[in-house]
Amino acid sequence: MTELSSPRLSFDATQPVRIDDTARVPAQPAPVIEIEDVHKIYRTGTLEVAALRGVSLTISSGEYVALMGPSGSGKSTLMHILGCLDVPTRGTYRLAGEDVSTMTEVDLADVRNRRIGFVFQQFNLLPSLTAWRNVELPLIYAGVDRSTRKERALAALDRVGMGDRVEHRPGELSGGQQQRVAVARAVVSNPALVLADEPTGNLDSVSAREVLNLLAELHDSGRTVVLITHDAEVADAASSTFRIRDGQILDASSAAMAGGRP
Amino acid sequence: MNLIETFRTGMEAVVSHRLRSTLTVLGIMIGITAVILTVGLGEGAQQQVGSAISSLGANLLIVTPGSTTSSTGIRGGSGSASTLTVANANVLASKTVAPDIAGVAPVVSASESLTAGTTNWTTTLVGSTASWTSVRGRTMAEGRFVSGHDVQTHAAVVVLGPTTASQLFGNRDPVGQTVDVAGTPMSVIGVLTAEGSSSTSNDDDQAIIPITTAATRIIGGTNRNALSSIYIQATSSQTLSAAYQEADNALLSLHGITTATNADFTITSQQSLLATATSVDKTLTVLLAGIAGISLLVGGIGVMNIMLVSVTERIREIGLRKALGATPRVIRRQFLVEASVLGLVGGMLGAVLGLAVAIVLPHFISNPIAISAAAIAGSIAVAIAIGVAFGVYPASRAARLAPIDALRSE
Repeated sequence: MTELSSPRLSFDATQPVRIDDTARVPAQPAPVIEIEDVHKIYRTGTLEVAALRGVSLTISSGEYVALMGPSGSGKSTLMHILGCLDVPTRGTYRLAGEDVSTMTEVDLADVRNRRIGFVFQQFNLLPSLTAWRNVELPLIYAGVDRSTRKERALAALDRVGMGDRVEHRPGELSGGQQQRVAVARAVVSNPALVLADEPTGNLDSVSAREVLNLLAELHDSGRTVVLITHDAEVADAASSTFRIRDGQILDASSAAMAGGRP
Repeated sequence: MNLIETFRTGMEAVVSHRLRSTLTVLGIMIGITAVILTVGLGEGAQQQVGSAISSLGANLLIVTPGSTTSSTGIRGGSGSASTLTVANANVLASKTVAPDIAGVAPVVSASESLTAGTTNWTTTLVGSTASWTSVRGRTMAEGRFVSGHDVQTHAAVVVLGPTTASQLFGNRDPVGQTVDVAGTPMSVIGVLTAEGSSSTSNDDDQAIIPITTAATRIIGGTNRNALSSIYIQATSSQTLSAAYQEADNALLSLHGITTATNADFTITSQQSLLATATSVDKTLTVLLAGIAGISLLVGGIGVMNIMLVSVTERIREIGLRKALGATPRVIRRQFLVEASVLGLVGGMLGAVLGLAVAIVLPHFISNPIAISAAAIAGSIAVAIAIGVAFGVYPASRAARLAPIDALRSE
């Protein structure tokens, strides 16, 4: 199933899906994440902190993977590198077969824009813009024309159940609603890879469940979803879990196994 | 992302950051207003002095006794006694000696006390001939001026400047009244037209009597032919330098002087007065422009601070925009639009405020304010440059950060 517009994706079945093509995952090469021996070292003055110490990881297209570890384990650093928000100190990273560690900044901006959708713990919505204006931001940078942008932003908000809050500013929305707007923004440009960094960290359990459901639906629609969390319960939502500690991958386990641990 | 989108994004940022935008615009506005007003005051003073000197009369040369030399400063031609005489003036008036001289007005002057009834007023008493009005370019408000006949007969008549007349007679008609000039009763035959409100000139406060009357009855002294100055009017502005040469040659030969550097008189043209006064005022304008520049700089530093702080506050926004696919170039452009719009709006408002004050203020102070297009254009350009430099530079640095570093910044 590769269609986002499948009925079970719509929170409100009475709301018609406005634009069919916005929901279609583009027929691009399968996004496979291949990380080989990646190191990330932060330097503060003379002090060197190795956040990642030789991480190798492969995530196939359509997987729903959780990266789990305690705070300070390097999981966020790994996610930032996966999202091309930061570059590794050493090692190679191939995203859909392309080596992004050698890309220029402009090409990386394009990769972030077209291939990756981000969901942050802090939501990171611009407070001065309304919900739909926040959602359309990636489309502005993709060069989509104004009327199409609005249609697609509204359709994406509709799909996360925020169709009746499109003119609200982030300050007028609850945390769960803000995160749903952020999910809409992450998928509005139809990226094949969605990266969620502690998406439930600032939410109550009901809102957290809603956001996790949304991510599960994105996975069902064929997207690769990578979820970063310190919470084993949240990691259970994924089909497989990588555990990280002290900048290294401990093991790869199935969701069932991860769930079975005490 | 095309330019229209960039412009829209920039404009939205300007509108949504109201306090920041208002403060920036205010800083630029005040700086520009200061520049326009200070430069305007300087140029206004310059124009005022210029018009005061022009009001001396058209195509005027002034011959004064004594001479100056560049090395030793002022040098009296022959002690304190005047070397200019009425006879000299009569020679200069001759068409055969000086064809380019249209009129000559010999003048003796002294500060004298005038009394009308119980009212006392000290003014400049001028003794001259009938040609004084045409040479000095003055007209009569009422009555008549001193005639050739008055000069010949040493008549006891006086013409008053408008200020002098109102000081002595108030609202009464002065013509026909009698004024005591240094103890000699004289009848008032006319009043001059006011020269206009020129604060540097006292042309409206003087009393003119026949030169012969002044020499024999009032001023007296050992050399009754001695003159304070001779006013010479050239036939036109083109012949001014020719008239200057003719007067110079005639006076040198009359005084028996062979070397021009030993001349015992000085001829000054209205232009040279104007040039001196203008250069003094230019210094003033430069000084004022300097002060204005400093106020613009201070305003600019304020703008710089606001811009730096606001960009620092928005590094997270820059990080987010980068995470969503904005290139550093797009970020730079957005901030360029914001800074330019703020600079331009501040500049325009400053220009409008400056112009408004320049129009209103002269009603309350005596100094005129000239509006200078160069000052307006220059200060707006500086304002935009300040805004752009201090708005774009930090934004451009932030745009080069890795997106996650920008996103993480507090």
